[in-house]
Amino acid sequence: MRHLLSTADLTREQAVRILDVAEDMADVATREVKKLPTLRGRTVVNLFFEDSTRTRISFEAAAKRLSADVINFSAKGSSVSKGESLKDTAQTLAAIGADGVVIRHSASGAPAVLAANAWIDAPVVNAGDGTHEHPTQALLDAFTIRRRLHGAGARGRSLDGVRVVIVGDILHSRVARSNVWLLATLGAEVRLVAPATLLPLGVRDWPVEVDLHLDDALTTNPDVVMMLRIQGERMRDAFFPSAREYAREYGLDEERLGRLRADTMVMHPGPMNRGLEISAAAADSARSVVLDQVANGVSIRMAVLYLLLSGAEEGIA
Amino acid sequence: MSVLVRGATLPDGTRTDLRIEDGRVAEPGGSADRVIDADGLRLLPGLVDLHTHLREPGFEQSETVLTGTRAAAAGGFTAVFAMANTSPVADTAGVVEQVQALGDQHGYATVRPIGAVTVGLAGEQLSEIGAMASSRARVTVFSDDGKCVHDALLMRRALEYVSTFDGVIAQHAQEPRLTEGAQMNDGPLAARLGLGGWPAVAEESIIARDVLLAEHVGARLHICHVSTAGSVEVLRWAKSRGIDVTAEVTPHHLLLTEQLAESYDARYKVNPPLRRDEDVLALREALADGTIDIVATDHAPHPVEAKEAPWDEAAFGMVGLESALSVVQAAMVDTGLLDWSGVARTMSLEPARIGRLTGYDEPFAVGARANLTLVDPSATRTFGTEHLAGRSVNSPYLGRTLPGRIVATIHDGYPTVLDGEVLPADQVALAAGVRRG
Amino acid sequence: MTARTVLQNADITRALTRIAHEILEANRGASDLVLLGIPTRGVHLARRLGAVLARLDDAPVPVGALDVTMYRDDLSRNPTRAPHPTEIPDGGIDGRTVVLVDDVLYSGRTIRAALDALSDLGRPRVVRLAVLVDRGHRELPIRADFVGKNLPSASSERIFVRLDETDGSDEVTIES
Repeated sequence: MRHLLSTADLTREQAVRILDVAEDMADVATREVKKLPTLRGRTVVNLFFEDSTRTRISFEAAAKRLSADVINFSAKGSSVSKGESLKDTAQTLAAIGADGVVIRHSASGAPAVLAANAWIDAPVVNAGDGTHEHPTQALLDAFTIRRRLHGAGARGRSLDGVRVVIVGDILHSRVARSNVWLLATLGAEVRLVAPATLLPLGVRDWPVEVDLHLDDALTTNPDVVMMLRIQGERMRDAFFPSAREYAREYGLDEERLGRLRADTMVMHPGPMNRGLEISAAAADSARSVVLDQVANGVSIRMAVLYLLLSGAEEGIA
Repeated sequence: MSVLVRGATLPDGTRTDLRIEDGRVAEPGGSADRVIDADGLRLLPGLVDLHTHLREPGFEQSETVLTGTRAAAAGGFTAVFAMANTSPVADTAGVVEQVQALGDQHGYATVRPIGAVTVGLAGEQLSEIGAMASSRARVTVFSDDGKCVHDALLMRRALEYVSTFDGVIAQHAQEPRLTEGAQMNDGPLAARLGLGGWPAVAEESIIARDVLLAEHVGARLHICHVSTAGSVEVLRWAKSRGIDVTAEVTPHHLLLTEQLAESYDARYKVNPPLRRDEDVLALREALADGTIDIVATDHAPHPVEAKEAPWDEAAFGMVGLESALSVVQAAMVDTGLLDWSGVARTMSLEPARIGRLTGYDEPFAVGARANLTLVDPSATRTFGTEHLAGRSVNSPYLGRTLPGRIVATIHDGYPTVLDGEVLPADQVALAAGVRRG
Repeated sequence: MTARTVLQNADITRALTRIAHEILEANRGASDLVLLGIPTRGVHLARRLGAVLARLDDAPVPVGALDVTMYRDDLSRNPTRAPHPTEIPDGGIDGRTVVLVDDVLYSGRTIRAALDALSDLGRPRVVRLAVLVDRGHRELPIRADFVGKNLPSASSERIFVRLDETDGSDEVTIES
């Protein structure tokens, strides 16, 4: 596999391999010299058509720890905001000599379009496209779960039988999509929870269970509860009546938190709306692995960049 | 000039020689300046497209009347109805007369402008329908295509008012609120791809509303580019009640499905969107049994940059004139659903009748204006840009193998395509000028 | 293609025992020693060597693994390699005598990468190199301090080291 566009493209072996390489990358972060010479002389472009400081910083840190040169190309204030096309931007990057492109775009499929066209001949990493996918987020989530469960013995393991509940705006969530395909590939039992307005059509054909009520899902003794960010504008579009009603029905409040096992992980891809989908108590509790997720993001992105950029040919074998 | 088409097979299967003199089908047996050997070829009435976007005035980087009618000729069409969503919009007598005149001048095909239903396609106020109907362009079809006349009261009034002039409203059936941000067929695939869904119900609910309105006011209604099995059911019900409704289907909705969106290749982005397999099968069946009356291309040219973009940002639409007959042959004829008489009916006679275009009712009778298309159904070709004759190349068929090939097109008695090649513009314009006198 | 066995199980054991003696002699005992094997077979050889040293000196010798994948200079010329874990024994390497252990010394590029990797992990007092086989053809100014067997070979020949832990038997063969 030459590009990372969707977690649906990953086999179980490939997914485990990425997580294993990320373990090695995580070790680097514990050393005095937190840097590897692996991608010295390579140039990674962070092509961000949509603002996301968190994701961009994470990719930037990952590339720099591998000694790659990093060019940040963000839409705001650049020629892109003046109407330059993806094609022109890609050809410009090719002329500059980019060896890898990390792309974030508000249009679903933009990374696939970039990968399919001859505008630039470099591996493409999808850093979030529209409401389609966000593969490195799902990988870092899986990595976080695996590390928590298996510690130092995590290498080589899948997530067979791990029960993961994903709550919130599944319809618009690229994080949810990438997680569903990846977690299912790794053997986890995934349960999606949302009001019917926020569930995608055909979700019952996905490799998941579906619950309409969070309280029902919490009775299944989950190992992981992943809360998705809910965006305010969804209210205007009549996906739910009010923030208060959403928080009451689907928020992880203190009372619901109390019903979880002490070792159940609470995850959130960030940024969090405290008091809406997640209470401050849940976000700051010992069950929360939100900061682990952030730290692990760098390891996962190092692994992906290493696998796609270091070799001469096939990328993720 | 006189032309003899020798040994052609008519739609009904009979073999005949057909002589053309002074622009009309002539008595057989006379002399001919030029002989076309039509052994093994089908002779069809000149094809009529009730739904073409010629883009002029305003979007000449995509298409012009000249290039669009050249594409029409290449596809075997002798008449096209030009949609009103130009800039300025064809909502006044001045614009429609200009478009018509350009068509006459270039001569590749008869151009019949379609008038906008509402001023600026804004859906608020009726445009000067009477003025357009009585202009030199004699507009008979009115449409806000690209946009739906979604206000129910306005639609009622439009149906009534147009009937005053024996015109017809061609409705682009798309409930706007249900299709905000819509990018492809709404369903599991759109959900997986993260593309905004265009639900079938947004089309079906408007068709249901409009056939009831047409029945209520006793007016004629035409439905553009029907794309779903549910719409077919509604139309079948309406026709069984005797409602005066006609409907069109595009070639692409007869052949292609939503699966093509999986590549995120915006060549497959079109409005209404490509649908599911079961929709395609229902549309084919409906065209075969007459529930859907005609094929219309919805030829929608766009410049390269409008398609070389992420799906959400790309333009809706496909060019279709040059490939239409091949696609209909693949979807309908080669599958045994429609014979060549059916092709003649759905691609020439009926669209001419709906658009009140005269001279197409008895295309092979002595004295008829000679609008004819000669096709080689046994040919196959890998469709490529060399087969496109318009200004734009946004065809979904590039690289596909398609059956059939247009060998000759004769518009108003003079050839626009011979030996499969589109004749030069000056030669065609000269012939058209001679014909007009 | 012909294969010829140049070392058998007993030869390998004997070579490691000799190397262990030489290390003790050079280091004046086992104090401050750290053995770091280079994956994959170097790690197994390091463990065996560590066991011999512990027996001879009657004290445990720390053994770890040093992966050099990320430090190789030929990454972009080959398909992507899977890295292996690096394991540094408790106590680290600062101020220690580190003996790098590998199966075959050839161009010297792996050892160059290992030295770079080592410098990112700490500052040993001394770094030594022990290899089971030295086949020559060096491309860098690198030599081994402890050699199980010198095996002059043509570059067209291939040398295979098989170990019980990974391959089910102990054997070194040369194939041409």
